Amino acid sequence: MALSVMIEKMSTGFEKTCSIFFLTLLFALPLGVVIALLRMSKSFVISRITQLFVSVLRGTPLMLQLLAVTYGPFYLFGTSVSRNKLIPVVIAFSINYAAYFSEIYRGGIESISVGQYEAATILGYSKMKTFIRIILPQVIRRILPSVTNEIVTLVKDTSIAFTVSYQEMFTIGKQIANSQTSFTPFIVAGVFYYVFNAIVGFVMGRAEKAMSYYKQ
Amino acid sequence: MNVLKMTNIKKSFGDNQVIKDISLSVDKGEVVSIIGPSGGGKSTLLRCATLLEKVDDGIITYMGDDVTYKNEKGHLCYSKNLKKFRQVFSLVFQNFNLFPHFSVLKNVMDAPVSALGRDKKEVKEECIKLLEKMGLSEKANSYPCELSGGQQQRVSIVRALAMNPDILFFDEPTSALDPELTGEVLKVIKQLAEEKMTMVIVTHEMAFARAVSDRVIFIDGGVIVEQGTPEEVFSDTKNERTKQFLQNYNN
Repeated sequence: MALSVMIEKMSTGFEKTCSIFFLTLLFALPLGVVIALLRMSKSFVISRITQLFVSVLRGTPLMLQLLAVTYGPFYLFGTSVSRNKLIPVVIAFSINYAAYFSEIYRGGIESISVGQYEAATILGYSKMKTFIRIILPQVIRRILPSVTNEIVTLVKDTSIAFTVSYQEMFTIGKQIANSQTSFTPFIVAGVFYYVFNAIVGFVMGRAEKAMSYYKQ
Repeated sequence: MNVLKMTNIKKSFGDNQVIKDISLSVDKGEVVSIIGPSGGGKSTLLRCATLLEKVDDGIITYMGDDVTYKNEKGHLCYSKNLKKFRQVFSLVFQNFNLFPHFSVLKNVMDAPVSALGRDKKEVKEECIKLLEKMGLSEKANSYPCELSGGQQQRVSIVRALAMNPDILFFDEPTSALDPELTGEVLKVIKQLAEEKMTMVIVTHEMAFARAVSDRVIFIDGGVIVEQGTPEEVFSDTKNERTKQFLQNYNN
C-alpha cells in the first residue's frame, strides 16, 4: 500500500481522534471543578466519597474503565452495546480526566492565600463572586502548566479507544499494520500525535504568556 | 453616637482564651490606637470586630444596630444580615492582600462596582480622585507586583476608602514594611485622622500612636490593661505592666 493511501485512510480516523479529544476537554474541564469543590466540601461524608471516587479513577487503568463503560451495561443489564462507540468513549475519558483535573484544581485553589478570601469578604464580595472574580483567575494562571501536561497526555491517550474498536486514527493504523504486515502506519501515527501535541504546546504556551502579565 | 460598641467580648481558640473580657466603644471621628505585646489579643479583637472571627460571647453593635444578640434561650446569635454591617466598616491588612491579577485602579473600584452594584462611571471618578489624593494616580494602571510595599499599602487604604466606610480598621499596617517605607503609610493615616475619619489602629509604632490618636488602649492577656489619652498612657502611665511594655519599646 502506498504511503499516501495509508495517510489518507488514517486521516479519516483523525476526525474521530479530534472528536474524542475536544469532547473530553469540553466535559472534563468543568466536571473537574465540580469534583474539586465536592472534594473540598465541609461535609466529611461528601469529601470522603469524592476522595474514594477520585482514587478509584486514578488507581485503575483508563483502558479498564473504557471497557467497563462500553460493555458494563451489557453484562449488568443485558442491554445491547451501543453501535456509536463515541458515547462510551467520551463518557469514560471525561470522567477519568475530570478526576485528574479535579486534583490539579484542588491544589491550585488551596494554594491561594487565606488573605485573598478575607480581603474579598471584607470588601463585601459574595462567596460566588469571590470564587469567580478573585480566586479562579489566579488559580487558572497557577495550574496552566499542569493542565497542559494532562492535555498532552490526552492527545496520546485517544489511541486507547482502539480497545473498543472505535475507528479513530490509531485503530485504523493498527488494522492497516496487521493486514499489510508493516510498521509504517505506527510511524505515521507517531508523527500525527507529535504534530498535534506541538500545536497544543504552542497554544497553551501562548495562553500562559497571556496570563503572565503579573507576578504571583 | 458610637460607631462601634463592643461589650464583654470573649474569644477562645481551643483552650487558649485570647480575649477574656473586653468592652470598648468608638465615637464618630475618633481615632483609637490599640497597642500591646504580640499574642495579647489585639489582632483577634480586630478580627472579631470585622467579623472575620466569630466571638464566643459579647455584643457587637455598629451604628446602634446589633450584630450579635442573645436569643430567648440565652445563646449568642449573629445577625442574618451581615452584608449590611460589612458596608459600615473596612479593614486594612498587615499584608495588604491586594488582588494580584487586578490593576491598581481595578483593585480599588471592583468591589464597589461588582460587590455593591454601584454605577461604574461614578465609582471610577471617585477612585481616580482618591488615588490622586494618595499620590498614586501615576500607578493607576500598574499591577500590585510593580509597586513598593509602601505603595501597595497605600493602594489597599484607597481600596478600603472606596467602600465609603463609617469606620476604618488597621491591623498593624506598617509591620510588613521596610522601616524607610513606613513613613509614607503613616502620613496617609495621619491625613485621614485630620479629616476626622473614624479609625481603630492596631500598631507597634508608639510615636505614631501618640501623635495621631485621641485615645490609646493597651491590651495584654486578653483584657484592657490601661486606656486614656496619649498623654495619660505614654507620659503618666499608671499600670506597672504598661510601664514595663513601654520601657521595652523605648530601649
